[in-house]
Amino acid sequence: MAKGDPGASTRGRRAAPRSRKAVTGDPELVQLLTPAGERIDSVTGPDGTEYRVDFTDEEYRGLYRDLVIVRKLDAEATALQRQGELGLWASLLGQEAAQVGSGRALRAQDMAFPTYREHGVLYCRGIDPIMPLGLFRGVDQGGWDPNEFKFNMYTIVIGAQTLHATGYAMGVTMDGRTGGENGEAVIAYFGDGATSQGDVNESFVWASVFNAPLVFFCQNNQYAISEPLERQTRVPLYRRAAGFGFPGIRVDGNDVLATYAVTRHALDNARNGQGPTLIEAYTYRMGAHTTSDDPTRYRIASEVEAWQAKDPIARMKAFLERAKIADEGFFADVDEQARREAIDLRERVLAMPDPKPVTMFDHVYPNGSPLLDEQRAQFNKYFDSFEGSAH
Amino acid sequence: MATETLTLGKALNIGLRRALENDPKVVIMGEDVGKLGGVFRITDGLQKDFGEQRVIDTPLAESGIIGTAVGLAIRGYRPVCEIQFDGFVYPAYDQIVSQVAKMHYRSRGKLNIPMVIRIPFGGGIGAVEHHSESPEAYFAHTAGLKVVSCASPQDAYVMIQQAIASDDPIVFLEPKRRYWEKGQVDLDAPLAEAYPLQAARVARPGTDATLLAYGPMVRTCLDAATAAAEDGRDLEVIDLRTLSPLDLGAVYESVRRTGRAVVVHEAPSNVGLGAEIAARITEECFYSLESPVLRVTGFDTPYPAARVEEEYLPDLDRVLDAVDRTFGW
Repeated sequence: MAKGDPGASTRGRRAAPRSRKAVTGDPELVQLLTPAGERIDSVTGPDGTEYRVDFTDEEYRGLYRDLVIVRKLDAEATALQRQGELGLWASLLGQEAAQVGSGRALRAQDMAFPTYREHGVLYCRGIDPIMPLGLFRGVDQGGWDPNEFKFNMYTIVIGAQTLHATGYAMGVTMDGRTGGENGEAVIAYFGDGATSQGDVNESFVWASVFNAPLVFFCQNNQYAISEPLERQTRVPLYRRAAGFGFPGIRVDGNDVLATYAVTRHALDNARNGQGPTLIEAYTYRMGAHTTSDDPTRYRIASEVEAWQAKDPIARMKAFLERAKIADEGFFADVDEQARREAIDLRERVLAMPDPKPVTMFDHVYPNGSPLLDEQRAQFNKYFDSFEGSAH
Repeated sequence: MATETLTLGKALNIGLRRALENDPKVVIMGEDVGKLGGVFRITDGLQKDFGEQRVIDTPLAESGIIGTAVGLAIRGYRPVCEIQFDGFVYPAYDQIVSQVAKMHYRSRGKLNIPMVIRIPFGGGIGAVEHHSESPEAYFAHTAGLKVVSCASPQDAYVMIQQAIASDDPIVFLEPKRRYWEKGQVDLDAPLAEAYPLQAARVARPGTDATLLAYGPMVRTCLDAATAAAEDGRDLEVIDLRTLSPLDLGAVYESVRRTGRAVVVHEAPSNVGLGAEIAARITEECFYSLESPVLRVTGFDTPYPAARVEEEYLPDLDRVLDAVDRTFGW
């Protein structure tokens, strides 16, 4: 497939049965930046909402900077896994725009509930990218306070966090914190595979009947490990929302501008008491599910190449160049900053100490447990019986 | 001391009311807990007095109840979730085991999930399938959860308030067939001075053998002890109250005196609480034992049809039969 064929869909390139067309065909989607980097001034959504962005040049450059750094840090983490420094890594490659666009759309007071792949959202929240790496290195299982960072811990059970987000959003309403610019909104991240989970569907029910100030942000990256979207759904995912009684909209998830516009609008609706929205960010997982996965077993190279032509960073760069918002000096500067942040991340990962074994007994209960006290004491005694042991 | 005669169900109701009064962050949520007051009326009148935001009728989905309660807890609330019947907790099992139990640990102690999950449990009410189960071992086996069960109106009133005030996530098992049994309840005693939540208690002192029970089987064991006394056997009955972690200090002390122990629960025997208790007694009291620790339990069948549940459930005669066997060893 030619790379200069960006607008093309994947339809017809695979020996797909007819029933697949409904979900893999040209998506009806909100787009403000074409794969070639052409700006579309505004798009009117199905409900008449006009989506547009009004960024300064500095803000455009800032989004580009985010995209590049997020990708670079992700690549660094993948390399760290390959070198045995991380046990696992779930790469976001290809989904940078979906994460930066939605992450930057959040206001400071908003709360995010990620899966385990939202490294880009985390970065846009201003959080040190080292924070989730303990989990992937195997030295902790998260270990941060969700309320301190307005960013819940990574959730590995697929879809479970959508219910947490819904309950949290109910709490926002109960606290009387909706309404106006300072109102709070909540965003729940999940993927196309998660839409089959009961918890996600239950969260749709709850959010709807309690009118929760919540945005369901589904990154449809086309695969749940090896299973393509057709194994999860016969209808475009955004249309599911209608059956639950709230709006659903599909946005080009590789378009950081459209993703920002759509997410900001949905968040502001939520914070103003207008209830939930389902956003389907149509994107593609360019890499493996995780570093343990081998995508060559279940998808063909031409499909990946077709999505390569829709790359979220290339199109933003093309736009910045075309609009003369940025020059070569800027791009070189961003690359250099990304390189430095990656090196810094690497050095700090390598310096992460292993926890002392006895710490496994800590923090099982806020009020402790006599059973654990006993087991900890027994463990210490046993451990101390070995010469040169230290804990 | 202002004591009142109350049913166990009413004692829970008043305990929940006190918890709602004492802390504005306490919310009750579940199926039919609002206008109806719950199918057992344990939340009767609470929505009327505290409003729909404090006593929330939820959609009919148990995982949703627990999952949204996790979110409310992250937000700073103290959710008290009602699961309508024991057999309906399983759709919520993932949220309870993978999220409620692990959030504090996952966060290295930075986040608490102060949640109470109330479950009417056990049989004896002639119900249809899924309404008579004893799922305590599933939860007691899960690190990060605490599991307690009340057996008397006084304990019901105090323990529900203690559980709600605790920062630990607690599965609170209510002996549904005892909801209507009456007892004296001291409504004015300060909670801070109450008997601790995570502690077993001698319900009846005795010298000849030790009966260990919790929830609905405490009454059964007390009745067995009364009957045994007529035959000249003095049985001690210990109400375990906390199932995870177990509080076995008083149990060891008792078994060292009596030399005989019988664990009684409605749940099936295989890998049940009785197995853990028997193992620990054996480790701690080996030289004091006159007989193996015996178990009187439900059978390892699914909970049977109501017309045969009387034969399935441990009763006075089966308990005394086991006591006899400890003496015949």
